[in-house]
Amino acid sequence: MPTSPQLENRKFVIGGIAVGIIFVYLVRLFTLQLLSDDYKKNADSNAFRKEILYPSRGLIFDRNGKLLVYNEPSYNIMVVMNDQRGVDTLDFCETVGITRDFYIRRMAEIKDPAKNPGYSRYTPQLFMSQIPAREFSLFKEKLFRFNGFSAVKRSTRHYAKGSGAHVLGDVGEISEKELENDSDRYYQSGDFIGKLGVERSYERQLRGEKGMRIMLRDVRGRTQGHYQNGRYDKAPVPGKNLTLGIDHDLQLLAERLLEGKIGAIVAIEPSTGEILCMASSPTYDPRIMVGRERGKNHLMLSKDTRRPLLNRAIMGLYPPGSTFKLTQALLGLQEGSINPEISFPCSHGFNYKGLHVGCHGHASPIPLVPAIGTSCNSYFCWNLYRMLSNRAKYGSVQAAMTRWKDHLVAMGFGYKLGVDLPGERRGMIPNADYYDKAYKKSWNGLTVISIAIGQGEVTATPLQIANLAATIANRGWFITPHVVRSVQDEQLDTLYTKKRRTLVDPRYYDYAVVGMRRAVTNGTCHAANIPGYEVCGKTGTAQNRGHDHSAFMGFAPMNNPRIAVAVYVENGGFGNVYGVPLGALIMEQYLNGHLSPESEKKAEAFRLRHIQYPDYAR
Amino acid sequence: MSENIRNPFWSADRIVIIIYVVLLVFGWFSICGASHEIGDTDFFSWDTRTGKQLVWIGAAFLLGFVLLMLDDKYLDVLSELFYWGMMVVLLITPFVAKDIKGSRSWISFGAFNLQPAEFAKWATALALAKLMGRYGFSMANRRDFARAVGMVLLPMVLIVMQRETGSALVYLAFFLMFYREGMPGSILFVAVAAVIYFVVGIRFAETPMPFAPMASVGEYIVLLLIEIFVIGMLRVYTSNKALTLRLLLITLGCTVVPLALSAWIVPFDVAWVLIFLVCATACYLAWLSLRDRVPNYIYIALFALGSAAFLYASDYVLNHVLEDHQRTRIQVLLGMNDDTRAAGYNVHQSKIAIGSGGLEGKGFMNGTQTKLRYVPEQDTDFIFCTVGEEEGFIGSAAVLLLFLTLVLRLIYLAERQSTVFGRVYGYCVMSILLFHVFINVGMVMGLTPVIGIPLPFFSYGGSSLWGFTLLLFTFLRIDAGRKRPLL
Repeated sequence: MPTSPQLENRKFVIGGIAVGIIFVYLVRLFTLQLLSDDYKKNADSNAFRKEILYPSRGLIFDRNGKLLVYNEPSYNIMVVMNDQRGVDTLDFCETVGITRDFYIRRMAEIKDPAKNPGYSRYTPQLFMSQIPAREFSLFKEKLFRFNGFSAVKRSTRHYAKGSGAHVLGDVGEISEKELENDSDRYYQSGDFIGKLGVERSYERQLRGEKGMRIMLRDVRGRTQGHYQNGRYDKAPVPGKNLTLGIDHDLQLLAERLLEGKIGAIVAIEPSTGEILCMASSPTYDPRIMVGRERGKNHLMLSKDTRRPLLNRAIMGLYPPGSTFKLTQALLGLQEGSINPEISFPCSHGFNYKGLHVGCHGHASPIPLVPAIGTSCNSYFCWNLYRMLSNRAKYGSVQAAMTRWKDHLVAMGFGYKLGVDLPGERRGMIPNADYYDKAYKKSWNGLTVISIAIGQGEVTATPLQIANLAATIANRGWFITPHVVRSVQDEQLDTLYTKKRRTLVDPRYYDYAVVGMRRAVTNGTCHAANIPGYEVCGKTGTAQNRGHDHSAFMGFAPMNNPRIAVAVYVENGGFGNVYGVPLGALIMEQYLNGHLSPESEKKAEAFRLRHIQYPDYAR
Repeated sequence: MSENIRNPFWSADRIVIIIYVVLLVFGWFSICGASHEIGDTDFFSWDTRTGKQLVWIGAAFLLGFVLLMLDDKYLDVLSELFYWGMMVVLLITPFVAKDIKGSRSWISFGAFNLQPAEFAKWATALALAKLMGRYGFSMANRRDFARAVGMVLLPMVLIVMQRETGSALVYLAFFLMFYREGMPGSILFVAVAAVIYFVVGIRFAETPMPFAPMASVGEYIVLLLIEIFVIGMLRVYTSNKALTLRLLLITLGCTVVPLALSAWIVPFDVAWVLIFLVCATACYLAWLSLRDRVPNYIYIALFALGSAAFLYASDYVLNHVLEDHQRTRIQVLLGMNDDTRAAGYNVHQSKIAIGSGGLEGKGFMNGTQTKLRYVPEQDTDFIFCTVGEEEGFIGSAAVLLLFLTLVLRLIYLAERQSTVFGRVYGYCVMSILLFHVFINVGMVMGLTPVIGIPLPFFSYGGSSLWGFTLLLFTFLRIDAGRKRPLL
């Protein structure tokens, strides 16, 4: 049957329509499938329920294997709304200890899509969290009666002892800022993270690695088994246990001794740099920073004007006072501004060119060792003055000052030591630039003379002072102080195993040791003597706006020292009022493993001796 | 009579048969992916949809074979009987059918159900072919054309009475065949233009114009399109090139100048300028028509005015005549309603399913969207999702290209028919297939309205599979016998 050729050409139009439709659809397919992976993500979030498997957090032990921090099971009560039928509400409320109103309100909250966006009738929804095990046991017995309710085991951190809060730290829900800084994207909102102390600095080791299993979820939210038979599932890796250098008994004593006072006690094992105790007062019971009460308690502590959250051992910046004189003796010997034999006059102080720095009465003139023993201000002023005005050697006061600063930095002052705790502060060792700015370049040794005796611009943390004692005990080297002795299955950072040497020849340290021994035998810290041990010590009385701070540093025994200690009590008066006896008690406890009965009485007396701090607001 | 030619089974078009078999196999595997439950391994049990579909496929092969073996001369003779018989069946169907999801289109035969509407397409195509192949039939003859259109409208009305609007709309596909047989192209163009006006006008009705926030993008663009269509028609249907060019420049001026005025001097509703322009053009053309006695001008003028009237009428109907749920459906289709949980849920999930397939797909039986039942009707109307999700872009593009090849091959086969009867029937088959693919695939990708019609050879179900097999193999039989000498 013939048709007109014009109509026959319409087959091209019709074919064109078909080609056009399929072409448009191919383009659409292309854009849907290849140009965006939003759809893929959407499908995954539809179908996969990633269940996170939480590892148990590492435990923390003291140096003698005493358990300090552990985990205790707690329970989250879940409810599946669809199965929750015929529950005796009254019985339920009574069992978990809630009111009926709370029950009704909670149920409404779960169903409210605004408050609970992921709500499904078919999946478990969180009803209550962090139920302690003892409250849970009753609930568990009756669980079979509460249709639709179930429990998920989680764990809560527990602190075994009421001490060591600043060292141990705590864990809390991750903050938004911490989430932002988490470059590995390990954490999710609601996760727990170490906030303070070793809980924070060893977070990576303690937390372990979260595991995950991918479950398939159908359109009604019901689980349909493992994705790919669990090929992509990952078991959690438990956190690593930590052993601290801290001796719990010593820590406890240090905290007892500081009760009612503001200050810090730090003890270090000189040969290893391990911190034996680190007490800061006022302190708090770490057991309160746990569970549902944490937020409230944290707020209360942060509002306290005495700032109990501040770890004064590493964050408190104090004038080191006379303890600082040892650094001066050592660098003076090294620089040749003094020698062991040279004596300087002291007429109730340092008097030169109209400048007077007072001192107490003692024989004059005296050489180095007795000068350390009696803590003669004049001797150390002469020392610094001679060094800073030695233009023949250094060329200028600035160059001399730089040399002076380099010595102190090498001894661990002026910069963070690098302790394995968060928040350490660096202290202050002035340098030439600082004085050039402060005095418009016209200054000399006399202008800055107070730094010779650990006053003026110089500040240090109690840890730095303890580290000085450890360095002298070691005759010229130290290992960066650290609280963690070992990490399970892991090497300690080389920072905490490498010796750091000062710029002073070890032989000069003998004079410092002898001087500190002299201070105990017939000097300022007579009370530091412990029967059976050759104790070395040095008092410090740091002037400040209020009453003097009482400081002490020391180590024992003199040969093969096992402990170096620094005590700092704010407004405690002379060094030998609090510093010396507290330091002695600490050393005795550690060296003997216990206190003698008299010492025990003394310790109790010091515990009860409180210092009044009217309107303290540092 | 026909003994002197080869057995029609061997002379049937191989390409079509191969594509048919490939699509069926591909379709069956897709149903495996879609209806399979996790942990279930039996694909061949009668209790599963895959097992049942296997039986339908076997029966379809048998049906195809039998059709090829039959003598095709009876088709011509019996076509009217088939048609009227089918109309009677359609008429009584709503009275004997069970109510399934609000539609009464399934007749139950014990173990299985049949949907007569699927077979009515075949009867209608045959009857149309018979009617239009009759000596002296001409599309230019109004009575002839009206009879043909009436033959299409009757089953449409009957099927709408079964509340199967989607299946009824399929009969619009016959208009593509009418076009091939001589229906004026402008009818097709006007229909397409109406759809464009509607979609653009409604979709962007609330979007403010850039530089002229008082006008709406939808209204503005549609008015501009009307003017451009008018210019195009002047170019095609009249020989007045000067007028075309002048109008083009005026339109350009009427677009740019008001926008600039509105942007920099005083903001006003720039659409008014275009309304005025369209009306002025129409008046001018009407005047030209009277002056020069060229009727084409008046037709174009009527088109312009009709288009503008349609734009405002559709807006009015949507907002004041339609029921809420109808309006929501239209808004969801046009992407104006983002409520993915309620009205737009199906299409949203099916887009996710396809989009998540990527280039190579998730692999056979690994689709999560379909297997976990996020996609509704996953093995019937939304079966293409499974292809997209499990076989990716490669698989789904291959399916589309197979359909395209089939359609183009059918056009070729239809054109080589020696009888109008064969050609008309061939175009009917091709048009119906194309319409199904167009609507079904477009629907799962969110491009066409959600009209519940199956994807040929893919969707689960015996009725649609047999219906398409009947359509296709009848044509293959006609084609195989085309070389028969005319008696």
